[in-house]
Amino acid sequence: MAAQAGGERPSLFGALLNRPRPRALSLIGLVFVGVLALWLVVNLIKEPQDFFTVFLIGLTTGMVYALAALGYTLVYGILQLINFAHGDVFALTGLFASTMILTVFGLTEESGTAVVILALGVTLLAVVTFGATVNTVIERVAYHRLLAAPRVALLITAVGMSFLVQNIALALYDVNFRRVPEFIPRTDVFSIGGVHYQWNKLSVILITVPVLLALTWLVQSTRQGKAMRATAQNPDAAAMVGINVNRTISFTFALAGGLAGVGALLYLLQFNIRYDTGFELGLIAFTSAVLGGIGNLTGAVLGAVTIGLIQAFNEGLSWATPGSDWTRSIVFGLLIAILVFRPQGLLGEQTADRA
Amino acid sequence: MSEPRGKRAPKRRRHPRSQGSLGGLGERWRTLPPLVRRAIPLAIVLAIALAYPFIVTDLRGLGELGDFFPQLGNVVIILVFTVMAVGLNVVVGYSGLLDLGYVAFYAAGAYTAGWLASQHFQQWNFHFGSVGISSETTGIHLSVWLVLLLAGLFTAVTGILIGLPTLRLRGDYLAIVTLGFGEIIPQVVRNGDDFKDFNLTNGTSGINPIDSPGFGQTLNDAVGLPVSFQQSFDRERLYYWSILGVLLFTLFCCVRLRDSRLGRAWIAIREDEIAAAAMGIPLMRTKTWAYAIGAFFGGIAGAFYASFKSGAFPSDFYFNISVFLLCMVILGGMGSVWGVVAGAVLLGWLNVEGLAVLGSKFNEAAGTNVEIAKYQFGIYGAIIVLMMLFRPTGLIPERRRKRELEEGVHDQSLHAVKS
Repeated sequence: MAAQAGGERPSLFGALLNRPRPRALSLIGLVFVGVLALWLVVNLIKEPQDFFTVFLIGLTTGMVYALAALGYTLVYGILQLINFAHGDVFALTGLFASTMILTVFGLTEESGTAVVILALGVTLLAVVTFGATVNTVIERVAYHRLLAAPRVALLITAVGMSFLVQNIALALYDVNFRRVPEFIPRTDVFSIGGVHYQWNKLSVILITVPVLLALTWLVQSTRQGKAMRATAQNPDAAAMVGINVNRTISFTFALAGGLAGVGALLYLLQFNIRYDTGFELGLIAFTSAVLGGIGNLTGAVLGAVTIGLIQAFNEGLSWATPGSDWTRSIVFGLLIAILVFRPQGLLGEQTADRA
Repeated sequence: MSEPRGKRAPKRRRHPRSQGSLGGLGERWRTLPPLVRRAIPLAIVLAIALAYPFIVTDLRGLGELGDFFPQLGNVVIILVFTVMAVGLNVVVGYSGLLDLGYVAFYAAGAYTAGWLASQHFQQWNFHFGSVGISSETTGIHLSVWLVLLLAGLFTAVTGILIGLPTLRLRGDYLAIVTLGFGEIIPQVVRNGDDFKDFNLTNGTSGINPIDSPGFGQTLNDAVGLPVSFQQSFDRERLYYWSILGVLLFTLFCCVRLRDSRLGRAWIAIREDEIAAAAMGIPLMRTKTWAYAIGAFFGGIAGAFYASFKSGAFPSDFYFNISVFLLCMVILGGMGSVWGVVAGAVLLGWLNVEGLAVLGSKFNEAAGTNVEIAKYQFGIYGAIIVLMMLFRPTGLIPERRRKRELEEGVHDQSLHAVKS
């Protein structure tokens, strides 16, 4: 928030916001982090085996969250819009993936390995295309006309869009949870001292990491990525040097939707999805993005892994643990704490127009 | 009626046609003093509202058309939501602070009623102005009228506590933080049945029964007012007139606040925070007041609803309610009190009866079997999107707001993108 005062916002408001933060606040923050570290260490000493098992679960979940969190961060970077509908696009895409797997390919537990790999590959492509299309259509239909309107108007529209997409999923897939058979075996990759790591968990990382590398390459090294970064910095200046801002925005939404597609497929293979899965998942992903520093791609991944770990530790550890009843409160409490104490997130830079 | 402000000269050029057919009625209407012109429609609406309990049975008997008139019990619910929408309008409409967690205040109000007017706290026995129950009954039993006020105050304090650390954040972050609180508070309520063996909220089963308002034996003997609403034959009518009174009080407060120094400060902040600060408006204090006052009415409405339903249950408080209330404000017109009332009554009706009625009529006509009520939140979402796209000022726009949106005096935007 202090960042907002820099650059464009001049003296008075800046002076109001930039006044030295009371030391008590940072002290509270440090104490909080200290207690958290203590809690982790005690749990590690008491039950080391559980600790590492839970750690690996959290890492896997965190990677799936990362794919959704990147969608928030990409769009926020370019439009300063919290794309509320993103979580619901994620869920809708996951449901679409279940249709592909169960209805189009008709895969079952007994399907052969080659068939499964081929079908999942095609599904991945279809799902990425689907997510990208849905997200781009949403941008064209709902957000595009409002780009010049106050930002809050855009946010309200996004909230409305979220409900709309959720109900489209409800109309198409009804209220039941959709799950797919376990294609990737739960056999151990390694097992050290009672800590098991299964193939189905490793597969998530095996898919996510290349996707993240590709994304980094795309944003850092391609022409389109350069255009995205320029538009994020200053749309007016970007337009002036000949960048097609509209196309860049559409591309960003497509990219976010495609990442959601990958994430949704992985999520479907691990857990189950129904029409309203996207709401909570979206908020978790958004929290991850904020935790890492919104607009920062590495930050989103780091934040997502952190949130995944926090969730897993909270639900899996035994000593002085609030338990899954409180997961939501913890995630949101963390979100509020970050926004209040460190709005720029873990890795966020204090740039002119981004917090 | 949407703008009961200002002493402007009547605009004579507006309805040149009305003179002929109505025999000069329009001309005579325009010569009336502005105060009277504003009071007449209000008085008519109020008269109909007051008389509704007496005519509802006849209205509902009107065959096909009768289905569109809601039952009295449902009107009470509609009006409870109207009070909340008008309260939310103070935060969203007047001050331009997007609040996505208003349901937290609703919950706080309902549970205050649960704590102060039910048998929940078995370990204590305290009565003050309670009606219709034996003084031997355990638990805290305050007069429900007093509880309404206390719930409002408690919720306002909650609003201040939430607001103090968060109101420094800018618009979209603030929205997310309020959303976070809106999710945390219901979860605390749901899990709050065992804080070190102290049962605060009775967990998922909620608190019930909750006492009902009334006037007590003394007033009953003296002027014949009902002892307790719950035990009266006219239960729904009494609740209806009470909530109508609460709504009128809310409307009075909100209209007067808007025209006060504080209200002008809110609008100034909404229009341009930097300029407002430069003119010497204390940003934090003014915003916190908006939060506290918005929360106050949410608390009253929550407590009233808990008393009407005779229970407070955690399943009532979820994010969709916040968006539902926001939809009322947007549909009516952010900042426009009368618009919000219209939006709230319309959407409230859709929620409690309208969608079911319209759905069955649609299914009859089209021969389909669509459960329209199932998609209610999708419909609200669509309303929000369509309103923001095509009529962001709402059905009955506030004049100021309209100018603001048309001229775009808000924060930075991507003008270049329009090209």
